[in-house]
Amino acid sequence: MHDLFAVVMLSGIYSLLSASLFLDLDAVDVAFTEASVGAGISTLLFLATLKLVPRHEKESRYKPTLALAVTIATGALLIYGTLDMPHFGDGNAPVHQHVAPRYLNDSMDEIGIPNVVTSVLASYRGYDTLGETLVIFTAGIGVMSLLLVSQRTKDQARKKVPADMQQQVILRVVAKMMIPLILIFALYVQFHGDYSPGGGFQAGVIFAAGIILYTMLFGLSLTQKVFNSKIVELFTALGVLLYGGVGVACLILGGNFLDYDVLRHDAVHGQHLGILLVELGVGITVASVMITLFFKFTWRTVKHKYNQ
Amino acid sequence: MNIIGLYNYWIVVVLMLIGFYIVIAHENLIKKLVGLNIFQTSVFFLYISMGKVSGATAPILDENYQLYSNPLPHVLILTAIVVGIATTSLGLSLVVRIYEAYGSIEESDIQVQDTHDQLECQLEAYGSRRNYTFLDQETEE
Repeated sequence: MHDLFAVVMLSGIYSLLSASLFLDLDAVDVAFTEASVGAGISTLLFLATLKLVPRHEKESRYKPTLALAVTIATGALLIYGTLDMPHFGDGNAPVHQHVAPRYLNDSMDEIGIPNVVTSVLASYRGYDTLGETLVIFTAGIGVMSLLLVSQRTKDQARKKVPADMQQQVILRVVAKMMIPLILIFALYVQFHGDYSPGGGFQAGVIFAAGIILYTMLFGLSLTQKVFNSKIVELFTALGVLLYGGVGVACLILGGNFLDYDVLRHDAVHGQHLGILLVELGVGITVASVMITLFFKFTWRTVKHKYNQ
Repeated sequence: MNIIGLYNYWIVVVLMLIGFYIVIAHENLIKKLVGLNIFQTSVFFLYISMGKVSGATAPILDENYQLYSNPLPHVLILTAIVVGIATTSLGLSLVVRIYEAYGSIEESDIQVQDTHDQLECQLEAYGSRRNYTFLDQETEE
């Protein structure tokens, strides 16, 4: 297939299908994330890139024989490797013996929230999540520095950047009704993540999706009135700072780093507060990084338009 | 030995190989990134399918259920997905910059231009050296 637009759309559909497969495998939180990230934001960013680069792939000059041979050889080795693996759905597999029983049996007493994924994510493995939030933040900085927007482009664009889809009346009316709902749903996912699937990562992406939808339909200059890119960029750091700040607060109150037990008078309340704040930090960083990414790609499109 | 119970790993291997093949066989950078994404999801499937327990339910504690799937892979993969999109977008912005610099996102075109530039550099270096070395007489002949 040489039309990259079709390639990107197909990979979006693939993401949505894999989200339903994750749902079938009991991974509700993962399915949620894959549906919002893989099928939503990822497809969108690929399409934004396609606007900047040629849409069609050139005919390849090489024969694929060698690549095929390497792939098949690797595949044979991997299949051979799977023969020693435990069977699918086997409850006695080694992977279920180590820490998982502890999470499932004790997390209700220690953390006090039903969604084990959230308590593992934000509390037991809080270090991990802090690191991952930092990776997202760093990737955001990377994109910001790669796709710098010059002041000249901004000045030129200040007059008005019309959205490409400004003429689509139906889309605009429907979007106007949907965007508040999307944002409220994002907040629900954010703060109800302790009890149902959800949490900072998903909420951040959904929130960003609402803002991006607005930008696509009503133009960059209108969005920038509320979500000034400088302020959004500050927020990317603020989320990480909130996360790290909770850790430092635990240290000051006499506990270990990210040990929320000491935040309140008793351990379970402390855990609740800690998880809430940490998830909020994650949500802020993810949402603002995603919004920034989209802004940067859009600015690039504006730049290309003016340079022509 | 009953090997049918291993089918989840085979699906993972097939997906992984599709991704791997796209990455090494295609010259278009966008397609390479799509291939990397497929490769990435295959790893997600590996983790999630290992965490599945037959007859179990999603790991949200409730009095009516006793058996839950393993929550640990879910946590690892959930964050990996979001980190994945962040790194993919970094890749995409690199693609945009490469296109601005080379005017193409095909690997072969980029390679041709690089070799051309390199040759030009060497020629230039050789040209400036020519005046000082006695090598020029040989080349003129």
